[in-house]
Amino acid sequence: MKNVSALFQKEMRTYFTSPIAYAVMVVFLLISGYFFYGILSSFVDFSMRAAFQAQMYRMPMPKLNVNELAIRPLFQNLSVILIFMLPMITMRLFSEEKSSGTIELLYTSPITKVETILGKYLAALALYVIMILLTMVHQAFFFLYGNPEVGPVIAGYMGVLLMGAGFLSLGLLISTLTENQIIAAVIGFGVFLLLWAIGWLSNFVGPGLGRILSYLSIFEHFDDFAKGVIDTRDIVFYLSFIFFGLYLTYRSLESSRWR
Amino acid sequence: MIEVKGLTKYYGPKMAISQVTFRVQKGEILGLLGPNAAGKTTTIRILTCYMPATEGSARVAGFDVFEDSLEVRRRIGYLPENPPLYNDMTVTQYLDFVSKIKGVDGYDRKKKVQEITDLCHIEDVRDTLIGKLSKGYKQRVGLAQALVHDPEIIILDEPTIGLDPKQIIEVRELVKNLGGKHTVILSSHILPEVSQVCQRVVIINEGLVVAEDTPENLTSQLKGAERLFLDVEGPAQEVAQKIENLAGITQVTLEGSTRQGRSGFLVESELNRDVRKELAATIIRGGWGLLEMRPVGMSLEEIFLHLTTKEEEVDAR
Repeated sequence: MKNVSALFQKEMRTYFTSPIAYAVMVVFLLISGYFFYGILSSFVDFSMRAAFQAQMYRMPMPKLNVNELAIRPLFQNLSVILIFMLPMITMRLFSEEKSSGTIELLYTSPITKVETILGKYLAALALYVIMILLTMVHQAFFFLYGNPEVGPVIAGYMGVLLMGAGFLSLGLLISTLTENQIIAAVIGFGVFLLLWAIGWLSNFVGPGLGRILSYLSIFEHFDDFAKGVIDTRDIVFYLSFIFFGLYLTYRSLESSRWR
Repeated sequence: MIEVKGLTKYYGPKMAISQVTFRVQKGEILGLLGPNAAGKTTTIRILTCYMPATEGSARVAGFDVFEDSLEVRRRIGYLPENPPLYNDMTVTQYLDFVSKIKGVDGYDRKKKVQEITDLCHIEDVRDTLIGKLSKGYKQRVGLAQALVHDPEIIILDEPTIGLDPKQIIEVRELVKNLGGKHTVILSSHILPEVSQVCQRVVIINEGLVVAEDTPENLTSQLKGAERLFLDVEGPAQEVAQKIENLAGITQVTLEGSTRQGRSGFLVESELNRDVRKELAATIIRGGWGLLEMRPVGMSLEEIFLHLTTKEEEVDAR
C-alpha cells in the first residue's frame, strides 16, 4: 500500500509539474464548454419556438424536459470528447518509463508489478475525476435557471466515470506495449473510437454477432446512464472492462520479462 | 554473498551470455571487465532481477533471483548504465521517491536522503530539476539513488562513464570506501579503473568468463610467455637473428627506433625457462654491447587485449 501511494504521488506530481495535466484539462474544458454552449443555445431556441407556437395556437405551454433535451445530449457529447482526451492521460504512463530507462528502477526495486500498475492507474483516474468534476459547472447552470431532476444527472456522471475508468485501464495496457508515446496515443484513439462505435455494425452482421458487437459497444452501455438509467448489467460490463484492462496490463508487463 | 552458477541468456536465438559462473564474498569489490557487448549488462540485469536467465541460477544474499526476487531487490542498490532519473523531479524529490519504494521508513527517510546527498556531493543541486543537471551530476544522483537505502549489495554498471577525470577519481574513491561494509559489483571496460578499485576481477568476453582472479595474479598468470627487454649495441638484423635461434625463445620483436647502432628488442620466451644467461652470453660472444636487460610484466591492459584477441581467433576458425 505504501508503494502504491508512493507511485501515485509520483505520477500526480509528474502530471502537474509537466504541463500535461493543464493542457489536457484546458483543452477538454474548452471543447466541452463549447458543446455545452451549443446545446444550451439550441435548447433555449427550441423552447422559445415552442412557447411561440403554443401562444399562436392558443394551447397550453408544453412542458419541456431539460434532462431529455439538454443534459442527455451533453453527456453523449462528453463521452465523445473523452475518447480524444483520455489517450493523452495514459500514453506516457509506461512508455515514458521504458524510453527513459526508469523502468529499470521500478523493476529492480522491491515493489510488485501490481503495486506499480495500481499506483499509475489510480493517478490517471484521479486526474480524470478532477477533469469531470470541473464540468459540473455546466450542470450548475441547468440547476440555477431550470429545474432538472437530480437523479439522471448523478446517473450520467456515474456513466462518465465508469466509461472513463474503462478507457484508462485500456490506455494503460496500450502504453505498456510501446516505448513511443505518440504510438501509444494513436493506438489509444483508434481502439477507443472503434469500441465506442462498434455497435453501429450490429444491424448488418446478423443476429448472433450483432448481439456481441452491441454488447461490446461502449456507447450502448453509456447511453443507459445518459438516459438516467442505472442498470447493473452496465455496471458489471464496465467493472469487468476495467478489471480486464488492468489484468492484461499485468500480463503485458510480465511478458516483457520473458521476451 | 553472491553466487552465480552456469548463467545463460539468449535473446531470441542470439546468445548474450553462456555458463557464467562466479562468486563474490561479503565485503568484496568485484570487477566485471569486458569490452562493449560482452555480456556485462546482461549478467547484471539478471542479478538485479530485471530479467530472468534462460538457464542457470544466481543467488544474492542467500535468495534466488528468480524465486525470491522481492527479497533480493530489497537488498540491492543498482545503478544501471543509464541512470534511471525522472527529469521533472528535483534531486530531493527523486531521492525521496526512490527511498520510499526501496522501503526506507518515513522516520529515517529525511536523514538518509540528507546523508546520501552529502556523500555524493550533490548538496548544491538538491533543489534543481534533474533534467537541468549536467551529465556528471546526473551520474552522481544515479549513484546516490543506488546507495540511499544502505543496501548490503551494490551493483554499478559503468559508474564513471561520462564523468570528467576529477569526478572519476571521486567516484572511484567512493566505491573503494564502500568495500568492507557493502558487497560491490562494478562493471567497466576501463582497465585501470578495475585494477585500482577491485579486489578481484572477472573478465567476460562474448558472453563467456575468460578469466577470474585478483588483478595482481592475472598479471603474473598471464605473463604466460616471459618477456624481456633488451637494449643492444650492434646491427639490429644480425642480433635479432642470433637471438631468435636460441633454444626457448619464441618471439623477438624490434622495439623503438634504432639509433647510433643501438636497438631495443622485446624477447618472448617459454614459460618458466630462464633464458637470460644464454641471452647475455650470446650477445657478448657476438661482440656486441649489452646495455640493458630487464623483465617486462604484462599490464592488465595487455592481458585484456590478449584475451579478446584470443577469442577472436577462436571465432575466426
